[in-house]
Amino acid sequence: MEKIQTSRRDFLKASGITTFGLALGISGFTRDASLKKITPAVLRLEINPFIIIDTNGNITLVNPRPDMGQGSTQAVPSLLAEELEVNLEKVLIIQSDGMGKYGSQTSGGSSSVRELWFPIRKAGAAAREMLTATAAKRWNVPVSECHAEDAKIMHKASGKSLTYGELADDASKLEIPKDPKLKEAKDFKIIGKYNKRLDVPERVNGRAVYGIDVDVPGMVYASILHSPMIHGKVASIDDTEAKKIQGVLQVIKTERTMPHRTSEAVAVVATNYWAALKGKKALVVKWDNGDLEKTLSTASYYAATYDAAQKEGINAEEKGDFAVKYAAAKDKIESNYETPFLAHAPIEPENAVAHVKDDGTVEIWAPVQGPDWALRDVCGYMKVKPEQVKINVTLLGGAFGRKAYHDFVLEACHISKVVKKPVKVIWTREDDISQGPYRPGMLSHMQGFVDDGKITGFHHHAIGESIAGQVFKQLKDTEADPWLSGELATENNKYRFEGASKVSWTNVKTDIPVVWWRSVYASNFGWGQECFVDELAHLAKKDPLKARMEILTDDRFKKVLQTLAEKANWEEKLPEGSGKGLAVFSSFNSISACCITVSKKDQGVKIDKVVSVIDCGHYVNPDNVKAQTEGNIVMGLTAAIKDGITFTNGVSDQSNFHQYNIMRLNETPAMEIHIIDSGAAPGGVGEPGLPPIAPALGNAVFAATGKRLRKLPFDIANLG
Amino acid sequence: MAIYNLSLNGKKVKVDVEPDMPLLWVVRDFAGLKGTKFGCGMALCGACTVHLNGEPTRSCQLPVSGVGKNDKITTIEGIGDGKLNIIQKAWIEEQVPQCGYCQSGQIMSATALLKSNPNPTDADIDSAMSGNLCRCGTYDRIRKAIHKAAAEMKVSEAGIGKR
Repeated sequence: MEKIQTSRRDFLKASGITTFGLALGISGFTRDASLKKITPAVLRLEINPFIIIDTNGNITLVNPRPDMGQGSTQAVPSLLAEELEVNLEKVLIIQSDGMGKYGSQTSGGSSSVRELWFPIRKAGAAAREMLTATAAKRWNVPVSECHAEDAKIMHKASGKSLTYGELADDASKLEIPKDPKLKEAKDFKIIGKYNKRLDVPERVNGRAVYGIDVDVPGMVYASILHSPMIHGKVASIDDTEAKKIQGVLQVIKTERTMPHRTSEAVAVVATNYWAALKGKKALVVKWDNGDLEKTLSTASYYAATYDAAQKEGINAEEKGDFAVKYAAAKDKIESNYETPFLAHAPIEPENAVAHVKDDGTVEIWAPVQGPDWALRDVCGYMKVKPEQVKINVTLLGGAFGRKAYHDFVLEACHISKVVKKPVKVIWTREDDISQGPYRPGMLSHMQGFVDDGKITGFHHHAIGESIAGQVFKQLKDTEADPWLSGELATENNKYRFEGASKVSWTNVKTDIPVVWWRSVYASNFGWGQECFVDELAHLAKKDPLKARMEILTDDRFKKVLQTLAEKANWEEKLPEGSGKGLAVFSSFNSISACCITVSKKDQGVKIDKVVSVIDCGHYVNPDNVKAQTEGNIVMGLTAAIKDGITFTNGVSDQSNFHQYNIMRLNETPAMEIHIIDSGAAPGGVGEPGLPPIAPALGNAVFAATGKRLRKLPFDIANLG
Repeated sequence: MAIYNLSLNGKKVKVDVEPDMPLLWVVRDFAGLKGTKFGCGMALCGACTVHLNGEPTRSCQLPVSGVGKNDKITTIEGIGDGKLNIIQKAWIEEQVPQCGYCQSGQIMSATALLKSNPNPTDADIDSAMSGNLCRCGTYDRIRKAIHKAAAEMKVSEAGIGKR
């Protein structure tokens, strides 16, 4: 991978259009993805040129997954390089621009390798077979005597070889093999092996270009004063002082368009960002807040969730008549588990450059997780067609779900349209933390019973705001949120409760904007599920590991837990005041488990060690799986013991990292990651490591202190 | 507006800006060096860390008028003298960055630490590095990379900035 380029013109240049060789497009992103050959003529017709090998031997891949640190700029080309028998260094990457021909392009749902595993490999294998057939024909030898190696086709017997560049043009004249033979896992040279990420050097020398680093000629800067109560309306603007500031060009009323509603805002446009920021601080804006002071309140939201816990929810899944069995059960417990609202807080705040041009076309440079969604949003907002929009995806300085919500891109569009210049919008940290959208806070009302030393009854009543409901308006009042029911279903957690089990849901609505956050609902509901299994294990007088093993029905889950028990030395006798806790959770087609060891310290505990195990099926780079799992440990612990977001009287109580603390280096415990080589179909890697972290910690605290924690976040230094 | 002659990565850079403009925005948007990052604007995250006469400094809180005539400013672009320094190499060796956004600041803090303390303990690393936030959670690798760089320095007997 040499460098990342984004514009179409660059792409054509980079792909050597004048010396055009073999180009393959992919239709569909399933196992049955079909391949199309692209000729220069049809390329101009905008059929997706996914992979191009030009006559100089340059290999270009359009990467349909933006890189936010999860490693897609290594994982995706690795899939191609493996099948094409080339070094990773040979593959030039261009980020896709959102156009429909590139299929789904959103980095989210831990989907990159899961979705591209077959189509990209298939394209690579097809190209390899076409190049091999071309060489065999040229040498007049059987195809079976030729093989691909290091961007060349070799004929062993004669010692002849031809480069891909020398073969590309003729290869492009062949039919594309319908069913190219993919390499077997045992023959992989790149996939599954440790490889350094080629984009790391530019991430240590300051050269990597993130959204915030984009400079466009003629660009001005904007800082936006958002409503402190998020949805307030502008009653009046006094910009007298703001306009006196050197560099301030214009103060305009603007708007923040979220997927489900639009808020009013005021933008200060200036020749430099510092002037725009000063201008924002000098604005005097009066807001009409309606009853937001009352409705934006986490206290009243949680009160409503605890009320809902007293009532029946909507059933998502029920096996046996839970209520009847629960009423009759002798050994039973119930409890509520609470999780907070959380901000994503990527260190690169939300930002975008937009240029709405005189001819109505729009160009965007931004750190977006989904250029396809951004394109759709910009088209809808600006009322233009996709071909009138160009999305340039930059690197993302962290995202965690936040940058797949493109309100900040639309803000830049609005301001650029008014000022008729390219505009760079940069949110402040205060905007990021106090404006949302947030991971919704949730309540898990748990009921369960045990029989003869075994957990046999389990009910998870999930309560809170729905992302599908609020953001997409896709949830009926009579329906259980489909996003969570899948996650909590016994089909997913693989627990079998012989008595009865149930998953139910109550939607408690809020005006606080919500959206997905790393691992989505699994980040909330892992807490209730896995702490409550621990509670039931103790009720059954069973070791929490053994109690789980008894009710687990799936061998992969059992292997994950067995491995965890071994690596974390689960059976080890600990001194008084120390304890281990574990949890397991499956999300995005991967299974992850965690064991945390803690010891009493003053009024709280300290974390001695975290051991995580993940079975994500086939993976591309073990080191990246480790890195993502390490990141999930830190983010999962942060979510458990640092700050949540609370709203009082309509306003977020947190505004910057002094009130919304995230874990620091000195607080980071020793950690160890183990990957299970199950050889199963690829699962997610970026998110599945997170859900078991908080419950493993909660269970460890119980083991060490006898104190059962049910509300996140908690103060680890003072358990009260 | 006022003229400031800055010594930036060993070069003289002349800028005409408001005196209260933080060095961060001067470096990024007037000197065009984008490696120094904006993260919080309150010196809470360390993404904007540069060296002022070798001392790690939060550039988001330092107005350009507070930079003295003889002060030497070094940013991530100047830390390795055009090449990668031992710390940056250790960062690659340990594959530290995920998104990489905070890593300029991390490397600036780590470089200053190793310059003053070539053999830091874990406790030394804790106190030198805890002002730099990483939301991707690369802390474990940062610690390993600093130890690795320290070991490399011993082997090569080269100071920071030498290769």
